[in-house]
Amino acid sequence: MKDVFLNNISKTYHKGMVQAVNDVTFHVSKGELFGLIGPDGAGKTSIFRILTTLLLPDGGTASVNGFDVVKDYEAIRKNVGYMPGKFSLYQDLSVQENLNFFATIFHTSIEENYDLIKDIYIQLEPFKDRRAGKLSGGMKQKLALCCALIHRPTVLFLDEPTTGVDVVSRKEFWDMLKRLKQQGITILVSTPYMDEAMLCERIALIQNGRIMSIDKPKNIIEQFPEDLFAVKSDTMGNLLHDLKNTEIIKSCNAFGAYHHVTFNHDDPEMKEKLIRILEEKKHMNIELKPITPTIEDCFIKLMEN
Amino acid sequence: MRTLKFLLHKEFKQIFRNKALLPMLFVVPIMQLLILPLAADYEVKNINITVVDYDHSTYSQKLISKIIASGYFKLANYATGFNVAFDDIENDRADFILEIPQGFERNLIREDEQQLYIAVNAINGVKANLGGTYLNRIIADYNADVRVEWIQMPRFNLFPTIETVSTNWFNPTMNYRFYMVPGILALLVTMIGAYMCALNIVKEKEVGTIEQINVTPIKKYQFILGKLIPFWLIGVVVFSIGLFGIGWLVYGIVPIGNLFLLYAYLSVYLIAVLGLGLLISTYAETQQQAMSIAFFFMMIFILMSGLFTPIDSMPKWACVMTRFSPITYFIEVMRMIVLKGSEFSDVKIHFLIMIGFAISLNGWAIYNYKKTS
Repeated sequence: MKDVFLNNISKTYHKGMVQAVNDVTFHVSKGELFGLIGPDGAGKTSIFRILTTLLLPDGGTASVNGFDVVKDYEAIRKNVGYMPGKFSLYQDLSVQENLNFFATIFHTSIEENYDLIKDIYIQLEPFKDRRAGKLSGGMKQKLALCCALIHRPTVLFLDEPTTGVDVVSRKEFWDMLKRLKQQGITILVSTPYMDEAMLCERIALIQNGRIMSIDKPKNIIEQFPEDLFAVKSDTMGNLLHDLKNTEIIKSCNAFGAYHHVTFNHDDPEMKEKLIRILEEKKHMNIELKPITPTIEDCFIKLMEN
Repeated sequence: MRTLKFLLHKEFKQIFRNKALLPMLFVVPIMQLLILPLAADYEVKNINITVVDYDHSTYSQKLISKIIASGYFKLANYATGFNVAFDDIENDRADFILEIPQGFERNLIREDEQQLYIAVNAINGVKANLGGTYLNRIIADYNADVRVEWIQMPRFNLFPTIETVSTNWFNPTMNYRFYMVPGILALLVTMIGAYMCALNIVKEKEVGTIEQINVTPIKKYQFILGKLIPFWLIGVVVFSIGLFGIGWLVYGIVPIGNLFLLYAYLSVYLIAVLGLGLLISTYAETQQQAMSIAFFFMMIFILMSGLFTPIDSMPKWACVMTRFSPITYFIEVMRMIVLKGSEFSDVKIHFLIMIGFAISLNGWAIYNYKKTS
């Protein structure tokens, strides 16, 4: 069963000057953890705002829980949880007051759905009388998640929940999402971090308002067409420049400590050939090894096409 | 209904927790009511006058002491010549120069006629105008005194003369505060209503909480009522503090008219003003924008409300403009009910107009609010 449907959704801003979402079609199954992966400005937030009935699409249809986002917006608002990218709770109310407020306006109470938020709320409990504005980034995010969950939504929309959060909290956050998934909640999450893509069941890679690929992260990686190698030497800046000017190299991108390269032909001799070329160009301590592509490699590959 | 209760609960919690807002709401109006009426006094006092007395006679001395004794004038300088005196005007030490010519006393007695010269610094128009009138009155008075001293008045006037006796109704002592306090109170209630309401809603936009609220079953009317009701109540409370706490206790202004009528009008008025705030909030994206828009309207409303300058003396087009400012009506009604004791039949038109304001401002705001989300 499908929980979220998008059919040819488009949205423009500034009287059509900016195409934020361009003919996007995808669907999310019930209980799925679906990731929308793309850089800033790719159109992720616009898609979320359309699905949470905050924004009217220019074209196409979309539905959540079988309710149309334009016609049945009231029904959707009763059933979904939304956590905007920007912390949007009342900063001058305490943790408990915020939670209570959102529980009551959904005509429920904290006690009623406590089991759902228990794991998260336990960490917040010591600060329950603190004003939300005075919480740390990670705590704010946990509180926002609690508030989005307090009415036991069927679909949860998380817009860049881990942006600006430290590595430990990010990891914890994804663990929490996995537990929520077990409760049968459909989760849509957007993130600009490619490494988080692997934690989703299915992902959509999005760029300039267009979906480039939708699949399981594993399949997307398997579809990477060439063999990928990581290259390293003592002078990384020059290396990138030299690699780009080498004929046998098809693509070359900087990835932290290594440069990722693909060759024009998948030929086992290419490796030695490249090392020879680089040695001629006076590179020291050259290291060349085959690697499995990451989502980021796939993303760049798709972008280049 | 339950949702609205929770919204109000939340709203009041936030208002009472806001360390800047609460003093703004209560202390500022009280302070302003205590200070403004004393400052905004139209009776011109302390007019500095420089006297150039070429006569140095008993009569000229008498005239000078009569002027100073009136209480309106302060002797700034007793100059030796007009040029010296003019320096005083140029340096802003004097507003008036009174020149008494040589032989003032002699000619007055001998020829029954004398001329005085008054130079006025007309930069401050009100001061110059009123000061000139006061000075002329005092001199005319002095003239009458001199005549009584010298001429045996006939039993009946030789020429028909008209003497006017005036009584100041509704404010017998011509106490300026009686006129100003109700007006300023009306102004304060307006500012609280429009500003606070607009800023509060725009803050939700700015912080992003409105997004979160929009993805809940809260209905638009519930959200709007949740914003209007608290500020409506605060407006009524501040008004009561101003009317009884300051107006009655401090200035001794006892409302003569029906209090129920006054509060009924206030209720309608507050709805109109809150509607204005709501309208501003639909156009503004940030609190800064809201503040600027509200300031623009307030400035025009205040200056054209008839609080400081009588509307009747404005040019025709300005008179028409004042009719579009809700403050004008409230100030009028305040003065009518508090000072004059007007009844419902007197302010019926005002009621109708204000209901019109309330409906149109709120209607426009709600229409706009729907369109933008």
